[in-house]
Amino acid sequence: MNGTASEAQVDPEPTTLLRLEGISKSFRDVEVLRDIDLDCPPGEVHAIVGENGAGKSTLVKIIAGAHQPDRGSLTLDGEHLSFHHPRQAQAAGVSIIYQEFNLLTDRTVAQNIFLGREPTKGPLIESRKLEEDTVALLEQLNVSGSISPRAKISDLSVAKQQIVEIAKALSFESRILIMDEPTASLAPPEVEALFDIVEQLRQRGMLIFYVSHRLHEIFTLADRVTVLKDGDQVTTTGIDSLTPDSIVRLMVGRELSDYFPEGADQDQIGDVRLRVHGGSNHLVSDIDLEVRAGEIVGLAGLEGSGRTEVAEAIFGVEPFEAGTLELDGESVSIRRPRQAIDHRIGFVTEDRKSQGLILPLSVLSNSMLPLYTLSRRERREREEVHEVPEGSSLTMQLADRVDLRAASLDQEVRFLSGGNQQKVVFAKWLASDSSILLFDEPTRGIDVGAKAGIHDLMRGLANRGAAVLMISSELPEVIGMSDRIVVMSHGRVAGELPSGASEADIMLLATGQSHGRGGDVLHPVGDEEGSSTETGGDEPTTVSDDTEDDYREHGSEGVSR
Amino acid sequence: MSILTEDRSDDPVRSLLTKFDLTDMQSGVWLVLLAVMVLGWILVGPDFVSGGNMTNMMVRAVPLGIVAMGQTLVILGGSLDLSVAYLISVVTVLSASVMDGDPNNIPLAIAVALAVGVGVGLVNGLLVTKGRANPLIVTLGTGLVMKGLLSSRFAAQTGSAPREFQILGYGRIGGWLPLSVLLLLAVFMIAWWMTRSTRFGYHLYSVGGSKEIARLSGVRDDRVIIGAHVWCSVTAAITGIFLVARLGAGSPWVGPEGVYDLESIAAVVVGGTALLGGRGGVPGTLAGVLLLAVLDNMFNALQVDGFLKSVLRGVIIIAAVASYALRSKRKDVDIA
Repeated sequence: MNGTASEAQVDPEPTTLLRLEGISKSFRDVEVLRDIDLDCPPGEVHAIVGENGAGKSTLVKIIAGAHQPDRGSLTLDGEHLSFHHPRQAQAAGVSIIYQEFNLLTDRTVAQNIFLGREPTKGPLIESRKLEEDTVALLEQLNVSGSISPRAKISDLSVAKQQIVEIAKALSFESRILIMDEPTASLAPPEVEALFDIVEQLRQRGMLIFYVSHRLHEIFTLADRVTVLKDGDQVTTTGIDSLTPDSIVRLMVGRELSDYFPEGADQDQIGDVRLRVHGGSNHLVSDIDLEVRAGEIVGLAGLEGSGRTEVAEAIFGVEPFEAGTLELDGESVSIRRPRQAIDHRIGFVTEDRKSQGLILPLSVLSNSMLPLYTLSRRERREREEVHEVPEGSSLTMQLADRVDLRAASLDQEVRFLSGGNQQKVVFAKWLASDSSILLFDEPTRGIDVGAKAGIHDLMRGLANRGAAVLMISSELPEVIGMSDRIVVMSHGRVAGELPSGASEADIMLLATGQSHGRGGDVLHPVGDEEGSSTETGGDEPTTVSDDTEDDYREHGSEGVSR
Repeated sequence: MSILTEDRSDDPVRSLLTKFDLTDMQSGVWLVLLAVMVLGWILVGPDFVSGGNMTNMMVRAVPLGIVAMGQTLVILGGSLDLSVAYLISVVTVLSASVMDGDPNNIPLAIAVALAVGVGVGLVNGLLVTKGRANPLIVTLGTGLVMKGLLSSRFAAQTGSAPREFQILGYGRIGGWLPLSVLLLLAVFMIAWWMTRSTRFGYHLYSVGGSKEIARLSGVRDDRVIIGAHVWCSVTAAITGIFLVARLGAGSPWVGPEGVYDLESIAAVVVGGTALLGGRGGVPGTLAGVLLLAVLDNMFNALQVDGFLKSVLRGVIIIAAVASYALRSKRKDVDIA
């Protein structure tokens, strides 16, 4: 159970609890982690930071046994570990708390903590012991007064649910606890409560890995920080030698080597097609946004900052509950996707396979789907725009326009490559003659060659007068494609940057380290800087009060869920 | 930790109140049952709630009640059993043939019935878990197989139950408490005990709530589901035995005629158990079964036309399910 003790060697340094050596991992030929080395003592809070896709999740999942490394070794207390199942890691004392809790919402606190390990007498559950054990665990965390072992999980706040997860980790006598964005859905006072618990666990000698985008929390909690970038370990260093600025610089900074089509000229940009003013719902607040004809506006921000939610609000999936939405200067109300489609808005969703395409249907059926939901008159009107020549069909014309590579138009889309699938999604919105286009992660999971094709298509649409809003987690893509960049943080617009902004500018806004409005760039940082791979923290400056306050302004009103 | 609000669910008064929380569907259906009784009293008259009529309604609820106790567990685990109706028929003809009017054969007949129940439950459970087949299709399939066997071998009533055995159907303890009601209560108590106090029950709720979480926590999900299917088929077998006592013979069409497959699912759902599993329990199902029986009785007393009766039943079932869906949706929003 406890991994395999291949070598019974005694660790020379008893101060090391967990050691990672040369950990590497690839998914389908894409290397997501390269040669990660770590040496962590007990009683350390170790922050892991990096951009979206830097490899943070993969790293912690390897430690937690959810992924197996391709190369390298893990050593816990001098014992070599190889986990094939999260359950083994748990038994060995490694617990992980994901952003999505692994709790059964209809069962009680006690039933969840001891699920699969209930105290039994024969076939019977010893429910008294189950509750006593739970209370004992909750007492260790000083929360036995506020969480009852009999409370149903669905009746608890997110903060309390998280404590239940921590108690569950304690019940395994975990020595290592991994927390993935633990404060993402907590209110500020709850964050404080969580910090108290983390501090307690640290004093008890637990090693805590803390994955977070919120730099201010890292400076409050962490002893050391590991910065990852594109799967490389940029640095692992004490928190004292870093500042929020220097961390951001370490996280970003790579060359704009990919080819991107040329941006729009000033005279190509026309009138405002889409304007959101003060748009709010329970996921985002006070969104101000404009997209003009002929331009591509990049919507950047960290995962969970509300980017997708803005697009979904515009498209009527989770509509705005307050504020105004104007199309071509006219105020409209969009409560359902159907109304958005009526207004010629198209939405290329983040998850192609579950939201964009009906996989067992053909290229033809998929690409005609929105068009064929319209009334016959409306449909004919939109079809005529395409001026399909005699002897051809609309789908053929569209397939040509998006450069689709499919065996035939009757081919089921599930057999297509990611890039070609995405082209079918594009064709769908082209067919219905959409001229306001929302793209959410348009090139996610698409190989490099096909990416350029998608980029060309997007720019081509803008050049023909479409208003394009593009959400992307890839900063080079945001920078390379956008005529303007709007950065979101905590469900709000954190600032706007002109085209040609640097990755650091964007990250500073996204992590709530600076304000920016109308191209007001507070931290002009070159792209070449901060990419040293040896050590970080060249200039040990202290956190200014300024930065802290900035954070609070953004953080305290963040999305609660 | 001052920031986390104090939890007072251990407070006895409060916990009693939460036990009868109206948003808790299980308590809700008992209240609805009470309301319908009062309605019957008003519409039909005091006879409706007389001891005689109450016992009558309960006895009518027995066969459906027993099999619904099995169906509840299967549904709690996230599965479903459509084969119970034909299984009931199979059990009646088999056990009635084995008895053949001879009281000495009673134990053997019961043993055969239970063995058939365990066997069918195992087949269903194994196909659903190891065969990874959809429970709806699997149990529809096993049901059709049994239907085929029945119609090829038995055309009419077969076998006969000895007088001694018919006591189970008509006997009364102390002249008033029907044995059959006791049988239903016994099955109910076993089901309740299993779900409330055993490891099997705990794991059943877990697997129904999230198979993945349960499995990652070391729960052997397949065994749990197979166990639930075996229990369900056994309850169908007990229903079959009871019906033999009641009818005095085995009948190949008693199961499908009683629509025990769909009716038992309806009773479970009306009783507040989530069709997707993980939430609910047998007390709600008992109330659901009684509710259907009381409504039937009331419609009969009011001489409601047969077609209208069916329509009303349908409306009531849909209303119940819709109200649960709305309630749980509202609850979700509250949490968010």
